[in-house]
Amino acid sequence: MTAFDLNGKTVSVQSPDDAALLWVIRDELGLTGTKFGCGIGFCGACTVHVEGRATRSCITPVAAVAGAKVTTIEGLDPTGNHPLQTAWLELQVPQCGYCQPGQIMQAATLLKDFPNPTDQDINAVMAGSVCRCMTYIRIRKAIKLAAARMRGDASHA
Amino acid sequence: MIRRISITILVTACFMFAGLLLLAWRPSIAPIDPPSPSTFSPELVAKGEALSAAGHCASCHTQPGGQPFAGGYRLNTPFGAIFGTNITPDPKTGIGVWSLEAFTRAMRDGVARDGSHLMPAFPYYAFTKLSDDDVKGLYAYLMTRPAINRTVPANTLPFPLNIRAFQEGWKILFFRSARYQADQSKSAEWNRGAYLAEGLADCTGCHTPRNPLGAEETGHAYAGAVIEGWIAPALTEANPSPVPWTQEELFTYLRTGVTSLHGATGATMTPVIRGALALPIVPDSDIRAIALYLSGMDRASARANDVDATTREAVASSYVSSDQAENDPDAARYVSACMSCHYNAGPTPLASRPELALNSSLMLAEPTNFIQVVLNGVTNTETVSNTQGAPGLVMPQYSSLTDGEIAGLAAYLRRTRTKLPPWSDLEKKVAAIRRESMASR
Repeated sequence: MTAFDLNGKTVSVQSPDDAALLWVIRDELGLTGTKFGCGIGFCGACTVHVEGRATRSCITPVAAVAGAKVTTIEGLDPTGNHPLQTAWLELQVPQCGYCQPGQIMQAATLLKDFPNPTDQDINAVMAGSVCRCMTYIRIRKAIKLAAARMRGDASHA
Repeated sequence: MIRRISITILVTACFMFAGLLLLAWRPSIAPIDPPSPSTFSPELVAKGEALSAAGHCASCHTQPGGQPFAGGYRLNTPFGAIFGTNITPDPKTGIGVWSLEAFTRAMRDGVARDGSHLMPAFPYYAFTKLSDDDVKGLYAYLMTRPAINRTVPANTLPFPLNIRAFQEGWKILFFRSARYQADQSKSAEWNRGAYLAEGLADCTGCHTPRNPLGAEETGHAYAGAVIEGWIAPALTEANPSPVPWTQEELFTYLRTGVTSLHGATGATMTPVIRGALALPIVPDSDIRAIALYLSGMDRASARANDVDATTREAVASSYVSSDQAENDPDAARYVSACMSCHYNAGPTPLASRPELALNSSLMLAEPTNFIQVVLNGVTNTETVSNTQGAPGLVMPQYSSLTDGEIAGLAAYLRRTRTKLPPWSDLEKKVAAIRRESMASR
């Protein structure tokens, strides 16, 4: 029995303490935006935010987030219009789309720490989020577009 | 002739044994009626509360998730499991019928009210330094807590270690009952820090190695020790952190559990900070004093020359390019699994991005702490006192990696983030720690 805040609401789950947060979110809580890719923390598809920071949910036991704030792609922005999400749509970033929720969640933490990211910053923080459709070039462009907009508009700082 | 010598030796041994038992005997102190809380002034109770916080009494006398001070905390020692006792004022299962005299004798001499010797898992050898006023304050605080009726599990010490009278032998060898003596050549702040560190917080209890009989090796004070499968680093100049522990760094660490130039608390140090030293009731001045005392011990100011250069170099090492990762599977694993959180851009690391090249886990002689963190992650929990690591940062568990993969990562980071000699037998050590982690679940 673990209780935590999910996208702004307190939830209490029955899954055992060592159940991966990914499965708790998808199966017990029904939010399927977060994806399973490798199950060992190496692809980034399962990335959510814990206390606002990108965390790989497939290797995070649910007990580890007891009392913490967890945010999934569904909760990143109340209307789905986070600057990253609008940039992603404008630049047609996704191809199959499977890795993209994890990419966006990781990018959100990138921009929190590096509001004006260099190519090296983007490489370093995003290199662990893999995309089999190889939309990396568009991901990079969209990150820079969103960053520029967030620097100009304080409400998403 | 041989027979006569043997008999003499045997008889002498019997006399010595009897002598030991005689020396071990302590009178029982008569039980009293549990004192009414109103007999203690609020000032004295508040003083006791602050002392109990700095002395982190609750961390050994409270079971995780249990009632405060009601005991049951399991301390795994090399001699067996010892359970922290119930020190609430319950008359049957706690210390409710202990007079101030009995309490003082326990704190100063390690003897319970009934005359039995206490195990040195209870650091009476530190508390013996406390002043009369401070002991009175602690007594007042504990006697005004809610009384909880709770019998704690029995210790699992094997014969003969479970014979308390034999502790007298340990005391004869290793213990002197004595109050703290101020060092007149040092400032008041330093002496306050020394008094608190040595007499109350008992830093040496975990940070000094012990001999096979469980006594601290006083010749290697603060040289570091292994506690419950983790390394408590040296607090002397042998401390391997690239950035020295100045008074300011120590103060920040002991107040918050994290500094961006050193890293965050883990394992059994966490409740000492989050459940004790960091509590608001412990005044800043006391933590500053402890920080001053310890920063003198590690001669931080003498070494604090090139912090900026050290930090810049450390941060620069946090980026691994795809070229660098191409022919090195360990570097590639680091890129895939670690760099997104552990990368920093210059010149100083962000507090939310733990900088590996500044972290003691890569610098210690053994890879123990590094392996523990990779295998177990660093977790948030519902009790503040057990929230590991930096507040708000959760590191997942990389137990899905094989022993060889974790060993490779450890070797890679040791090689690229430090200038220290390589660790030995990494894969075996990962396997051993993984086995122990599984066993203790």
